[in-house]
Amino acid sequence: MITTAIFGIENNGLLGIVALLTGVALVFLALWIAKLISPRSFNPQKGEAYECGIPTRGESMSQFHVGYYLFAILFLMFDVETVFLFPWALRMRELGVDGLISIAVFFGILVLGLVYAWRKGALEWK
Amino acid sequence: MQDFSFLTTWVDNSLRSFMPGWLSVTVECLLIGVGLLLVYALLALFYIYYERKLCAAFQCRLGPNRVGPMGLLQSFADMFKMLIKEIIHLNHIDRFLFALAPYLVIIASMLAFAVLPWGNGLQVIDFNIGIFFLIAVSSIGVLGILLAGWSSNNKFTLIGSLRSGAQMVSYELSIGLSVITMVCLAGTMSVSGIVAEQENLWFIFKGHIPAVIAFVIYMIAGTAETNRGPFDLPEAESELTAGYHTEYSGMHFGFFYLAEYLNLFIVSGVASLLFFGGWMPLHIPGWDAFNHIMDYIPSVVWFLGKAIALSFIIIWFKWTFPRLRIDQLLSLEWKYLLPINLFNLVLMVLIIIAGWHF
Repeated sequence: MITTAIFGIENNGLLGIVALLTGVALVFLALWIAKLISPRSFNPQKGEAYECGIPTRGESMSQFHVGYYLFAILFLMFDVETVFLFPWALRMRELGVDGLISIAVFFGILVLGLVYAWRKGALEWK
Repeated sequence: MQDFSFLTTWVDNSLRSFMPGWLSVTVECLLIGVGLLLVYALLALFYIYYERKLCAAFQCRLGPNRVGPMGLLQSFADMFKMLIKEIIHLNHIDRFLFALAPYLVIIASMLAFAVLPWGNGLQVIDFNIGIFFLIAVSSIGVLGILLAGWSSNNKFTLIGSLRSGAQMVSYELSIGLSVITMVCLAGTMSVSGIVAEQENLWFIFKGHIPAVIAFVIYMIAGTAETNRGPFDLPEAESELTAGYHTEYSGMHFGFFYLAEYLNLFIVSGVASLLFFGGWMPLHIPGWDAFNHIMDYIPSVVWFLGKAIALSFIIIWFKWTFPRLRIDQLLSLEWKYLLPINLFNLVLMVLIIIAGWHF
């Protein structure tokens, strides 16, 4: 016999909010305790960025590789499509052959997208 | 199968006997919150100790052995040390985002933590789309890491957070696809439903070849999701100081540390849910006496045992393999894991259609 619903609370949204507030409370309480018992001192050097120990040089908002952006775009494409796969996976047995054919077409386009990105060299880190 | 719902039902009934319904629900929500908080903190402390002891064993050292018997109190000492460190206020940071980042990281892991099936009747959130919810909330964590790196006014944290972003979003695909593979087999997305489906046999045996492939991919991608092991280049200490949390001090840093260990537990907990039955004891169809004996072991012990055994593998990864480069990391995901995963999904569907699963 498998029991669900802790304390007989059926409202999962409420439990989700409880978990969320617990997370907030954890951070808040720990920071509050730390503020109460931790020492405090002032030194003009302290407010500077640590970076790697020596005084920093140049702009901190430096340029970064465009490759990160490219992979973010690729991720967006694939992740949205995996979201579409979930409902089908859930009802795979009920949907039968019709569902299978339509998802095969969808899946084929997904794979083609990957092949295209691969051939275009979007997966290379240059 | 022991049912822990007698505990919650007893608490519920005794609360309702002397207070109105809404008040008892409030008290129960408070109890759940305190319980989650305690288990979360204790588990993180246990994991810090566990990892340090294992790491020591892999390197032929003793590990922590001075504070308390066998060094058991070491992580408590670490926690108090972290609490009494000053939280330094920096000058040129984006204050709001800097303060927000630890909240996001902790909230993401706390929400995912609440979905895990701890035992029969001991699961907090049980949506009908439980596993989907879990993937969704655990991807909030990457936002926290990106914000931490972005707001710190530091070149190294920026690079660390961007690496972490690229890594975590890439490996999320593999996690998502291997979860889809198992959802195909389970036919349900609710966590309690997935556990119930494994009542006669665990999924890794039910789905044999594709399930094993999905498990291996899940473990690799899960290691990358937690920013650990060979995939720890967001916080590569030899090149980026400490990665995205360089500028965080004291307990502020502690939250990232805490969330990292909890994510390790969550990843192994989800692996045990999807492939090894969550809290479900090992049942083999036909072996009634064996199944009956297995039922005597409490479900919490089963779940914790599986999760800790699986996190042993992830810790083993960390102390065995050298760190990957960013191009190796991305080509591992996009050129190997993703095509294998897509193929594996097709294989699983074919096996289900042919009825070759158990």
